[in-house]
Amino acid sequence: MSFADFLFWVVALLTGLSAVMVVVTQNIVRAALWLLFTLAGTAGLFFLLGADFVGAVQLLVYVGGILILLVFGVMLTAQGPFVNLRAGAGEWAVAIVVGLLLLGLLGSAFLMTDWRFLPTQPPDPATSRYTNDLGLALLGSRDATPPGTLPVHPGDQPVERSRVAYLLPFEIVSVHLLVVLIGAAYLARARRRRGART
Amino acid sequence: MDWLADYWPVIRALLASILLVTLVAGSAIIFIWMERKVAGRIQDRLGPTRVGGKFGWLQTIADGIKLIAKEDIIPAHADQLLFRISPYIAFVGVFLSFLVLPFGREIVGLPMNIAAFFMLSVLSTEVFGIILAGYGSGSKWSLFGGMREAAQMVSYEVPRALCVVIPVLAAGTLDLQLIAQQQAGFFWNWLIFHDPFQFLTFWVFFTVATAGCKRAPFDLAEAESELVAGFHTEYSGFRWCLFFMAEYGAMFAASALAVTLFLGGWHTGLFPADFMPGDFETPLGILASFLSVIVLIAKSWLLVFVMMWIRWTLPRLRIDQVMMMCLKYLVPISCALLLLASLLPLLWNTLGLPRLPFRNPPALPVLPATQRMPTSQAMQPAFDDGTQSSTQPPQLTRRDSHELR
Amino acid sequence: MTTVGLQEVLLVGAVLFVAGILCMVTKRNAIGVLMGTELVLNGANVNFVAFAYFHNLFNIEGQIFALFTIIMAAAEAAIALAIVLNFYNNHVTVDVDAAEDLKG
Repeated sequence: MSFADFLFWVVALLTGLSAVMVVVTQNIVRAALWLLFTLAGTAGLFFLLGADFVGAVQLLVYVGGILILLVFGVMLTAQGPFVNLRAGAGEWAVAIVVGLLLLGLLGSAFLMTDWRFLPTQPPDPATSRYTNDLGLALLGSRDATPPGTLPVHPGDQPVERSRVAYLLPFEIVSVHLLVVLIGAAYLARARRRRGART
Repeated sequence: MDWLADYWPVIRALLASILLVTLVAGSAIIFIWMERKVAGRIQDRLGPTRVGGKFGWLQTIADGIKLIAKEDIIPAHADQLLFRISPYIAFVGVFLSFLVLPFGREIVGLPMNIAAFFMLSVLSTEVFGIILAGYGSGSKWSLFGGMREAAQMVSYEVPRALCVVIPVLAAGTLDLQLIAQQQAGFFWNWLIFHDPFQFLTFWVFFTVATAGCKRAPFDLAEAESELVAGFHTEYSGFRWCLFFMAEYGAMFAASALAVTLFLGGWHTGLFPADFMPGDFETPLGILASFLSVIVLIAKSWLLVFVMMWIRWTLPRLRIDQVMMMCLKYLVPISCALLLLASLLPLLWNTLGLPRLPFRNPPALPVLPATQRMPTSQAMQPAFDDGTQSSTQPPQLTRRDSHELR
Repeated sequence: MTTVGLQEVLLVGAVLFVAGILCMVTKRNAIGVLMGTELVLNGANVNFVAFAYFHNLFNIEGQIFALFTIIMAAAEAAIALAIVLNFYNNHVTVDVDAAEDLKG
């Protein structure tokens, strides 16, 4: 086992255990703490998988933005009893059974799939230059899809790839964010109560 | 020696982290002494003089021994887990940002080609420890401090990120090593003197960074006249110490980021050759690398000194003034600066003036980070040349290195 | 990584996904439900990045999809939090079981 493997298993265990703890813990702020570890662990996985930029975005947006927003929301609504709202035992039992079934379904799906048509060897990190390509693909100045055929099971017809770039989705997403910004500000604005008449 | 070769990355990582922790902790000790002396001089008194010779330089050590010997109290109403763990989160967030900070040519903990962005993102995680501390202390003063900190940091991250983008636009890369190397030579090569907008951006960035380190006049999270001590009211001993190391570390990191982005990194700006050998083969190269580390640290400490100067000069703002300053002034100003700084090269080229410097990174050094990007085409900044990208339609080029294997 | 393959990474993604689903089902606090959705999205992201890493054809697209997912998560969290705060203003609780005004 190489050191990278060891690192992967440590990060993966941390991520998985924290994710379970998010579910198990009853206190909502502690759940936020475990969620922090989960998100940081996921960012660590991204770094291990060569996706430096995605990992940094994950840290910046999730940990620096979303999580703080969530805790802020908890603090605004934290009145003693709501910090520890808990579901009933029956609901827990059903949830655990459903969760195990779902995990089994997903696990069997990727364990029983024949992944041989995918190259099992990851790309050589010395030749991959993800971040530059990522930026150029988002700008639309470079074809994001390398030429080739899509991987299919042996014996099927090979599928040619179409050429795509991501400038239009990028613009749509930025406009979408602007809309969300305005919408959230509108929804959460301080409004006067109608008074006692209604 | 195969064993050593296999584990060399691990050993190197361990060495780098030990050195960095020592640097962060050691400079925190010096900063605390400096803060006392600066405060004393500004308030027309001497500051510490008794402990340790002439300048009272042992004062912080004495303080540190006192702090570690203190009893570690956890209040009865505190959330045990959150209370215990939050100082570490704050410290780790700050410490991580030093990983990618280049202290000299090829002297960097973790070479990364998105170093500036990584530094921003991990610096933004520090605040989470403070919010959790505020909540977990089970005290209303701490809770107020934590909430103020949350609101303030979420707002100030926006102009901080925008202000980092502006010098990155001029440099054409996110790699702090390359950004610093572009500013070699005399000090007018520094990015702050690149164009007027960079010059303005530096001051906006420095203001925002001061607020981001929750330093006065923006230290609403620990406003002692209103909130006892804010988020660390209930802390004592070593955990309190960690919060302070995190705060001074954040000041150091933000100053070092400003130095690298705007003030020439490890270059003195006085000698044109400026320690350029930078290899570790010759004694001269080793000496030069050593000097470059000292230059970067000295520049950062100078900025930290300015932050202290501001702290003891200006009165504290109110919380609504802090928020208004960010959302109504700093965000629009940095947006306008970003727009103008990105329009400037286009205008410059349209008028037919000579090209602005630094649009192309200079000849690349041999770095582990850049070895990943071997072709010259990949290293061109996306907006390499304003006229070129405006007159020619973007071309879809095929990627060559990722053939189906 | 030499021996860690695609399936191991997919396993982490699956654990995150299931934990997220369970979190959405069992939490009664509206913000807890939000945390569950974040976990689900993270599980999907891990899969995207894993496929990006292990297959050359997708190594840009997987990361771009992950980026878009993160952006969507940010937007979703902002809107959902605004809704939760509104709900709290109107009902003085964040219990999702109390949101039954439209029940016929």
